Order: sequence, then C-alpha cells, then structure tokens
Amino acid sequence: MQEHTNKKTKVLTRKLLIVVISMFGFGFALVPLYDVFCDLTGLNGKTDTVAAPANTDGIDTTRSIKVQFISHISQGMTWEFRPEVSEVSVHPGETKIVKFYAKNVTSVNMMGQTVPSVAPGAAASYFKKIECFCFEQQSLAAQEDVWMPLRFYIDPEIPDDVTMLTLSYTLYDITAKIDS
Amino acid sequence: MTTATTDTANTEISHDEHHGPATGFKRWLFTTNHKDIGSMYLWFAFIMFLTGGSMAMVIRAELFQPGLQIIDPDFFNQMTTVHGLIMVFGAVMPAFTGLANWMIPMMIGAPDMALPRLNNWSFWILPFAFSILLMSFFLGGAPNFGWTFYAPLSTTYSNGSTAFFVFAVHIMGISSIMGAINVIVTIMNMRAPGMTYMKMPLFVWTFFITAYLLIAVMPVLAGVVTMVLTDTYFGTSFFNAAGGGDPVMFQHIFWFFGHPEVYIMILPAFGIVSTTIPAFSRKKLFGYSSMVYATSSIAFLSFIVWAHHMFTTGMPLVGELFFMYCTMLIAVPTGVKVFNWMATMWRGSISFEVPMLFSIAFVILFTIGGFSGLMLAMAPVDFQYHDTYFVVAHFHYVLVTGSIFSIFAAAYYWLPKWTGFMFNETLAKTHFWCSLVSVNLLFFPMHFLGLAGMPRRIPDYALQFADFNMWVSIGGFAFGLSQLIFLAVVIKCIRGGEPALAKPWDGAEGLEWTVPSPAPYHTFSTPPKID
Repeated sequence: MQEHTNKKTKVLTRKLLIVVISMFGFGFALVPLYDVFCDLTGLNGKTDTVAAPANTDGIDTTRSIKVQFISHISQGMTWEFRPEVSEVSVHPGETKIVKFYAKNVTSVNMMGQTVPSVAPGAAASYFKKIECFCFEQQSLAAQEDVWMPLRFYIDPEIPDDVTMLTLSYTLYDITAKIDS
Repeated sequence: MTTATTDTANTEISHDEHHGPATGFKRWLFTTNHKDIGSMYLWFAFIMFLTGGSMAMVIRAELFQPGLQIIDPDFFNQMTTVHGLIMVFGAVMPAFTGLANWMIPMMIGAPDMALPRLNNWSFWILPFAFSILLMSFFLGGAPNFGWTFYAPLSTTYSNGSTAFFVFAVHIMGISSIMGAINVIVTIMNMRAPGMTYMKMPLFVWTFFITAYLLIAVMPVLAGVVTMVLTDTYFGTSFFNAAGGGDPVMFQHIFWFFGHPEVYIMILPAFGIVSTTIPAFSRKKLFGYSSMVYATSSIAFLSFIVWAHHMFTTGMPLVGELFFMYCTMLIAVPTGVKVFNWMATMWRGSISFEVPMLFSIAFVILFTIGGFSGLMLAMAPVDFQYHDTYFVVAHFHYVLVTGSIFSIFAAAYYWLPKWTGFMFNETLAKTHFWCSLVSVNLLFFPMHFLGLAGMPRRIPDYALQFADFNMWVSIGGFAFGLSQLIFLAVVIKCIRGGEPALAKPWDGAEGLEWTVPSPAPYHTFSTPPKID
C-alpha cells in the first residue's frame, strides 16, 4: 500500500513537472504566436517588412483616404527627422510618393533605423509600401542629410469605414548595435 | 459532504508517535511536518503583510495632502511597486499556502503532505526571494516600474533594479510552483479511503483548482521576467520596437499570467468562507456541487479574459467585444457562489463569532469589489476608469476585504485548533470592527476619486481631491494600526487562554475537528474511516 502510494506520487509529480516545463515553453512560444497573429490581423499596426509589388487592382476613385504622417525620435537619438508633408489624400489603389528628411546633426557618423506603425491597427495590412527607407538601415556621416522616399498605395480592399489612417515612424539609433 | 467517524484509537496512536518535534532553531530549519511549515508560512505572510503595509502607510502619508511633502516621486514609485509585489507574492499567496499546508492533510485524513521535503524547500527559499527584493532599496533603489513591470519601464527605463526584481520573482515562482505540485499530489494521492472527490470539503476543492492555475501560469510569469531580463541586460528585443519586438506583447504575456493570478488569490478565499458560513449558520453548505462547478468555470474563464486589462492599447473592436463579454460571463459563476452563501445563511441558526463576522463582511464587500469589476469590464467606459483610483478601489476591495478578510476568518476559525486555546473574543471583535470601519473609509472614497479623474501611481494630485485623500489616508492609518490588534490576539492565544475543545464551534464539520486541540504533531497516521 505504502509503496504503491509512493510510486503514484512519483509518477504524478513527474507529470506535473512536465506541465510546468511546457508552460514555461508556452510563455516563449507566445512570442512567435503573437507575431503570426499580428501578421494575419495587423493587430499591432506593424506593416510588411518587405516591399509590396505595384498595385494591379486598379484605382477606386469613388472614395479617398486621408493618410497622416508622424515622425518620432527615440530617446537618445539626436537626428532631425520629419516628413515633407503632414498628410496626403489618396484614392485606394493610387500610388503616392512622400519624402522624409533626415539629418545627422552630430559630428560623428551614425546608423539609424526607422520602425513604422499604422493606426488603426486593422488598416495596417492594407497599407502597401512599394519602396520604403524603413526596409533598410540609414547610414549618415557627420552633418550629412538625406531625403528618403516612401512609395506606397492603399489596397482597394480596405474596409469602407476606414477614412483616415496614421503612419508613424520612430527613428532609432542603432550605431552601437552595428558596431558591436 | 463529509461525515467522519474516527475511532478513538486513531487519536491515541498519534499521541504515541515515535518522535516529537526537534527543539530549537533546527526544528524549523529541517522540519518536514506540514503543521510546522504551515505555521512558518503564516508567520512569514504576516511579517510581509506588515512590511508591505508600512509601505502603504508611506504612500498614504505622502498623499495626505496635495503637493510633495515627505518623499520624492521616484521613491513613491518604489513604494507602490514593492507594496504591490510584497502583498501579492509575500502576503496573500504564502498565507494561502500556509493554510493549505496546515489544513489540507487534516481535512482529507492524510498524515502529511505528499512531498514533505519539497515542502520544506518551497518555504525556505521564500525569505531569500524577499531579501533580494528588499535588498534593492539599499543597492541603488528598488523597482519603481509598478508591480506589473510593463516594458519598456522595466527594460529601457529601469533604474538598475530589474535584475533584483527578476531573480526575486523567479524564486517566488519556483516556491509557488513547488507548493502547488505538493497540494495537487497530496489531494490526488493521499485522501483517506472513502474520501471521494465530491466528498472533499470545498476548502480542499478550491485549493486543488488554485494549484492547477498556479502550475499553469507561474511558468509563464517566469518566462516573461526572463524576457525582461534578457531585454535589459543581454540585448534581446522581445519588447523593443527598435529590434523588431513589441512592447504591447509584454502586456499580453504578462496578463495571460496576471489574470489567472487574481483568481489564485481569490478562489481559496471562496473555499474558506464556504467552510465558515455553514459552520456558524449550522446548516450544510447550500449547493455544494454547484460551488465546485462554479469554481472550475471561473478557473477556466480566467484564461480567456486577460486583455480586459488592455482595452486602451488599441485593440480592434472585435477583440474588445470578445474580452468584454467573456469578462462579464465570470459574474455568472461568481453570482452562483454569492447566492449559495446567502442561501446557506437563509433561515440558519446564525451566531456571530469573529470568523463569521469576517466571512459576512467578505461576502458583502467582495461583492462590491465584484460589481466595480463589472463596471471596469465594460470596454466603452473602461476608457474613463483606466489607470484611475477607481481601479485601485476595485482591486483593493477584492484583495483586502476579499482575500485578506477571508484569511482573517480562517485564522480565527482554526486558531483554537492550532494553539489549543480560545482567542480573546473581545479583542478579536475589536480587531474586526476597527478593520471594517477603517477599510471602508480607506477604499470606498477611492471610487469617487477615480471617477473624478485622479490617476493612480502619482505622488501628487489636483487640489479638488484633497478632502477625499485626507479621509482615505486617515482610514489607511487606522486600518494599518488595527492589524496590530490581530497580532496581539494571536500572541495572547498562543500563550494561553481558555482551553479549546476538539471542536470549539458547535456547527463545524470536517475531519480536522475529530483530532484534539491543539492538533497533535502527527495526525491521521492511520487513515480515518469516511462514510
């Protein structure tokens, strides 16, 4: 009887330990799961990280969508960074080019990386970038400045209730990371 | 539920056990006895309760008047953070584990916990966890990013305390996981013959379900603090947008742990009042099986509602609706419980001993906390309540007048069994009434402050909130001091008093009352018979 209980205890303890370990793994599995989920739904406002092909679905001239541009500089970053216009109005399917200005105001060579985000999140997957400076890293020498193009269109499939969306870029200093 | 016949031989055997406790410090350091470990857990929880409580006193002293008087904002943030961490992981959870250790083996007729050495270890790593956490005060500042340690506050903007915090949480987590494994194995393998699952006292049931919640979510907490650690010190980018991560993901993973965690802190409380209310109403618990199913469904629902903490992070409408409805659904099983307690008292022969007073206060005040929870569950209005004192009022109603009041009820209910003496009834009633009045003065006005727009976690506030804050602070000081009465009651009760009968409460039921008071060092070495 006693031995029987001991054996049962061992087996059950082992099973519970497996549950604990797999739940620890599950915590980490949530990271890729979250990314997949957000890719599918555009939940976190992340846009595609690779260039989209040009639009072939035609232009929907019956409606237009206001696109606002916002630029942020992350803490510790010293560059100047702004869009040439604060907003444009586009028809779904119509391709537009907007330029962003960046200047390294310091006296050292630096690397920057911009990360885009679209609000509302549900519209993010319809925002197609054919060409974007956010696909690559920017290397600016001391006092160098650059006009960086963004070529985009909005997928005509975008839901009717979206009449305005905001594209926000945050510029990060990645000099230290690249160097190391 | 349970009817037990214990032949007297049983208790005699336990008296004749071959060895008693060792003496001195080694007794406590090396003990594998569930009663010793339970007592240590309870004392530890009480010391932590006073430690976290004194931090709350500092917070309330600063908020007594508008403006900055006593402490600077950074230290204020450290106070709110460590107060939260200590109360959650240091006071409420160890107190419940202590009760589980003391009572579960005696309630199911087992001689001890199934894994006694693990039990010793899971207690003794706790003091180290909290030493690490408290040490950080003297080594560059304690965590100041809120007990929820949202990234990037705990990663990019940390004051250097993240490592202390992470290791402390890891150790607390390991301790809880080991405690939970022990509870599950004990309940599944060590029940006395005839003690079927549906004959177990509800107290045992709620701890059983809580233990499953613990082993499911504490590892996720361990995972998320590890990610915070590597983001802060090893250059990973789980939560850093610059490296492709997402700070909002932190909140998803954290609250996937965090919401079941709040049920970890309340389900055992349900078990306690489901024990005390029938005892002092002198009736069987109304709807025993519905209580079991309600507890299980609350546990299940707790896994699919986490994002109601994040309504303002910009979720799509469908997400908000899903989490809003699921959250409101929890009110159904919880309502079943509240109605069952009321039905148990209905036409009962009620007497108002101190455990019953705390239990009745629990039912009423926890329900107030539940209702404010329902208000917060509504996504459209949550945008107004979010991060205000309304939230503070809500979770203190469920945690202080909920969990902590239930722990007081349990302590008063079983103190005669633990010490062998009756406690001083007058002093205990003073403790109850002082706590009841002051706790409502402390937390009720916070609802209005929150609705009027006072934000949480801010050391200063606009002038129009001054009067309410003064009253809240007075309530806070009074509630803090009232807990010293509890300490006095417990110490007096340990030292002596009127000897307690084996069953000091005439309506009490359960195996624990079939052994003498104080409970012998070893009980149920031979399993009792259950009809």
